[in-house]
Amino acid sequence: MADYLPHTENDVASMLAFLGMNSLDDLFAHIPASVRLAQGLALDDGLSEPDVAAIFDGYSDANRAKTTAMTCYAGGGAYDHEVPPVVKALASRSEFVTAYTPYQPEVAQGVLQAIFEYQTLISRLSGLPIPNASLYDAATALVEALNMAHGATGRSKMVISSGIHPHWRQVARTFAKGTGHEIVEVPLLDGVTDWSSVDVSDAAAVVAAYPNYLGVLEDLSKAKALAVASGALFVVGADPVAAGVLKTAGQWGADVFVGEGQAFGTPLSFGGPYLGLFACTEAQVRRLPGRIVGETVDSSGRKAFVTTLRAREQDIRREKATSNVCTNQTLMAVTAAIQLGWLGTNGLREVATRCAQGAHYLFDEVLRINGVGAANSQPFFREFAIRLPRSANDVIASMAEQHVLAGLSAGALCEGDDPSIESGIDRVLLVSVTERRTKDELDHYVRALQEVISS
Amino acid sequence: MSETPAPGGRAASAPIMGHESEPTLFEMSVANRSAYQLRTTGVPATRLGDLIPGDHLNANVVPIAEVSERDLVAHFTRLSHRQFSVDLGMYPLGSCTMKYNPKFCDAIANDLGLNSVHPGTPASLSQGWLEILVTLEEKLCAVTGMSAATLQPAAGAAGELTGLLLMRAYHEANGDVRRRVLIPDSAHGTNPASVTLGGYEVTTVPSNERGLVDLEKLKTALGPDVAGIMLTNPNTVGLFEEEITEIAKAVHDVGGLLYYDGANLNAILGAVRPGDMGFDIVHMNLHKTFATPHGGGGPGAGPVAVAPRLVEFLPGPRATKVGGTFEWVTPPRSIGRVHGWHGNAVVLARALAYIDVHGGDGLTRVAQHAVLNANWLRHRLREILPAAYNRVCMHECTLTATGLKAKYGVRGLDVAKALLEEGFHSPTVYFPLIVEEALMFEPTETESVQTLESLAQALERIVQRAQDDPESLHRAPQSTPVSRVDEARAARQLIATADAVR
Repeated sequence: MADYLPHTENDVASMLAFLGMNSLDDLFAHIPASVRLAQGLALDDGLSEPDVAAIFDGYSDANRAKTTAMTCYAGGGAYDHEVPPVVKALASRSEFVTAYTPYQPEVAQGVLQAIFEYQTLISRLSGLPIPNASLYDAATALVEALNMAHGATGRSKMVISSGIHPHWRQVARTFAKGTGHEIVEVPLLDGVTDWSSVDVSDAAAVVAAYPNYLGVLEDLSKAKALAVASGALFVVGADPVAAGVLKTAGQWGADVFVGEGQAFGTPLSFGGPYLGLFACTEAQVRRLPGRIVGETVDSSGRKAFVTTLRAREQDIRREKATSNVCTNQTLMAVTAAIQLGWLGTNGLREVATRCAQGAHYLFDEVLRINGVGAANSQPFFREFAIRLPRSANDVIASMAEQHVLAGLSAGALCEGDDPSIESGIDRVLLVSVTERRTKDELDHYVRALQEVISS
Repeated sequence: MSETPAPGGRAASAPIMGHESEPTLFEMSVANRSAYQLRTTGVPATRLGDLIPGDHLNANVVPIAEVSERDLVAHFTRLSHRQFSVDLGMYPLGSCTMKYNPKFCDAIANDLGLNSVHPGTPASLSQGWLEILVTLEEKLCAVTGMSAATLQPAAGAAGELTGLLLMRAYHEANGDVRRRVLIPDSAHGTNPASVTLGGYEVTTVPSNERGLVDLEKLKTALGPDVAGIMLTNPNTVGLFEEEITEIAKAVHDVGGLLYYDGANLNAILGAVRPGDMGFDIVHMNLHKTFATPHGGGGPGAGPVAVAPRLVEFLPGPRATKVGGTFEWVTPPRSIGRVHGWHGNAVVLARALAYIDVHGGDGLTRVAQHAVLNANWLRHRLREILPAAYNRVCMHECTLTATGLKAKYGVRGLDVAKALLEEGFHSPTVYFPLIVEEALMFEPTETESVQTLESLAQALERIVQRAQDDPESLHRAPQSTPVSRVDEARAARQLIATADAVR
C-alpha cells in the first residue's frame, strides 16, 4: 500500500461516524447500482516509488536517441539549447510548479509578475505590443491566430505558406473542420513561397514563416503587401531565437506573431510541454485568445498584477468567447522569462549568432560530400535542407549507429508529398545546429555522413 | 477533535519579508552585466553579415535584461515567495483538484532519458517513449471504461474541442448533419466555448431543484439535430447525476453522443466508469485527477478516450504496439493532428508514474478519501455555511454565503479573501453560476482531518468577524503581499508589458 493519503484507519472510522455512516461505500450508495463498478479497476495494485522508478529506467534505456547518448541535429521547432542549472533550479521551485491559475491575485503576485515579465520579453522579440500569457504550442497558437483573423475580417479563407511547419498546417486543417475555415496552402518554389500561385483577394489571413521550416529566410515584404492589398491580417510564424539578430515579425509588418518558445529553457521533452507564443497589434486586443496579465495597483496604491480583459474569456463569455483556452503553459512561460533573464541581451544575440555560425559551417562541409546537394539556393538562419542520394530515413537510421541524430526527414515530417518540396521529398533531410555543437561534433557529423553515403 | 489541530495544510506561519513591491527584471538591469555561460565550440566565428543577407538583420538590438546570476536568483526566489502553492498549504479550490503532487513524479519528469528526446526522433530510436504512451493509454482506458484514446490534447479545453471534432466526424461519416450540442446550465465555460469552435450551437439545459440535469426538460430539448450532450459527472455542483442511464438512453435514442467532461473524474475512480454510464467520448485532466502539477496555470494534459465506434476517427499518429515493437499509426479516418507533436509528453509520463504507484487499489482509495473529506467538511460547516444542496456530495461541496450576505452584508468573495489571511487558499467563488454566493470547496484526498478541522475553525472565526466587524472583511486580505487589486483600472488602461505607455 503505497500512496500519499494521510488518513489512518481510525481517522476514516471517526470521520464516517461523524457522517453517520458505517463504510466508505455508503458515500457512493446514491450512485445507481446498475452503473457501479463491481470488481474494481482492471489495473495492477500499486507499487512503491523505487519499484516504479525501475520500470521507468527501462523506458529511459529504450530511448536510444536521448541527447546523453546521441548528438542532436533535429530541429523543426524543437532545439537542443543550453539550459543551465540556475534556470532549472529556479523554474522547478515548487511555488511556481504547484500553483493554480492566478485567480486570487493577492497570493499570486509571483506567477503574475513572472508572466508580466514574460509578456514584455515576447512583445520585444515579436515587435508587437500585445502578448498573451502563453498558449499550448506553436501549432495551436497558429489556430488561434486564424480564429482571430476570422473575427477581425469576417472572412474564412486562410492562405498559408507551405513554409509553415507541416505539423502546424496539419493542426490548422484539423481545427478548420470545426470552424469551417478554408485552408489554402501556398507552394514553395526553390524554398520560397510562390505567392503568385494563389488568389488572396478574399483572405482572412496571410500566413508566412520566418525562417520557414526548411530554414530559409524569405523576404516577407511580398506577403505583407498581399495581406494589405486584400485586407487580410498578416500572420508571421517566427523563430523567437532568430529575433536575437534578425528582423522581428513586427518589423516585417505582422499583425499577429506566433512561435514556438521551447528554445527558451524547456528541454526537448519529446514534444511537450512546450510554449505557444502569441502577440498582436493593439487593434486586435479584444480578440486576444487566452489570458493576459496587466499591471494595476492594490487598495493601498502598491503596484500589483492581475489577469485582465477577462470579459473575452470562456468562463465569462461562454459560447461567445474568442477562444476556449483555459489551462495554458504558464510554467514554460515563467521558465522562458528566467532563461531569457539568464541569457540577457548579449547572451541571446550570442546564441543566435552561434546557431547561424554552426549551421553555416556544417552546411558548407556536408556539401563537399559527393552526392549531397543543397535542397534550395536560399539564405538560411540555423537550419538547412539538403538532398541526399538515398532516403533520409535510412540515412538517419545509419547515422544513429554513430551516435548522431542526423536531423529530420522532410518526408516523415510531411507524411508524404507536400507543396513545400517539388519532388523527391523522401531524400530531403533537415539539419539544425545550436550553440551547443562544437566543431569536433560537427566534423564527426560530416565524417559519419560521408561514410554512410558511400557505404 | 482538538481545539488547535497541528497538521499540515494551514500556511499562516509562512513568513513574508515585507510589503514592498518587487522590481521587475527590467528595473534590475544594468548595461553589460551578464549571467550566461556557453560551451567553447571552436566553430569559426564568421561575421553574421557574411552568412546572412543584410536586409534580414535587425539594425536594432532587442533589449532583454542584463542581470547577474545572483540577482536573477534573488529576483525569482522572491517572486516565488509571493506565490501560494499546494506545497505551501491547503488549496481547496473547487473544480480544480489541487491535490499534493508527488515529488517522485518530478523526478520522472527530470529524467534525461525521457526529457532529452527530440519529438521528431524515429520510433525505432524512441521505443521507451512509445511504450509509455501505449501503457498510459491502456490504463486510462481501464479507468474510464473506454476502448482507445488520443494523448495529444494539451489541456482539458483542447480535449473538449477534440471530442467535439470526433463527434462531428462520426456524424458526418454517417451522412448525418447535426446542428446542436446540449450543455447543462451548471457547465464549465470551456464547454460552450468549445462547442462554438466545433461548429455547433449550444442549447442550454436547466438544472432542477436538486442541482441535477432536469430530465424532462432535457427530453424536450432533444431532437434529430442534436449531435450530443456534454456532461460533467459528478457535475460542477459536486453532485452525482443519478439519472445518468436515463439521460444516456434519451440522447442515444435520437442518435446523439454523450461527452464526458473529466474535470471531476477524481470523485469516481474505481467506483464507476464513464463508459459504463453510457458515455461515448471522455476527456481527462491529468493535471487534476493524476496529480501532474498545474504550473501556475499550465501545462496540463487532456487525453480523450472513446467508445469502439469512434476509434477510427482518433487524432493521429498514435503510438501503437505492432508485434514486439511500438510504432506510430494514424487511424484510418483520423480527424488529424491536434498538437504540434505528441501532446504534453512529460506530463503524460508523470501521470503514468502516479497511476503505477497507486495501482487500481490506490486510485480507488483516492476517490473514496476525496469524497469522505468533502462530505466531512460539508457536514462540519453546515451551521455556518450551508450546502446549496444538502445531501451527500462527491469530491467537492458547494456551500452558499447567502445567509452572511443577508445578515451582515458579507459576500462569498469576502469570505474567500479573509481565508487567505487565515493561511488557506480560497475556495472557488461564484461558480457554478446556478448557485447564489457559491463557495465551492474541494479538499482533495491528500489533506488530513486535522487540516480540515483547522480550515473549519478558520471559517468559524471569519463568520464571527462578519458578526463583529463586517467592514474588516470587505478590506481583507491585509497580511498578503498585496491587498485587493484594482481590476477595473487594469482593464481600463491596459499595461501588459513594461514598455506600455502609462
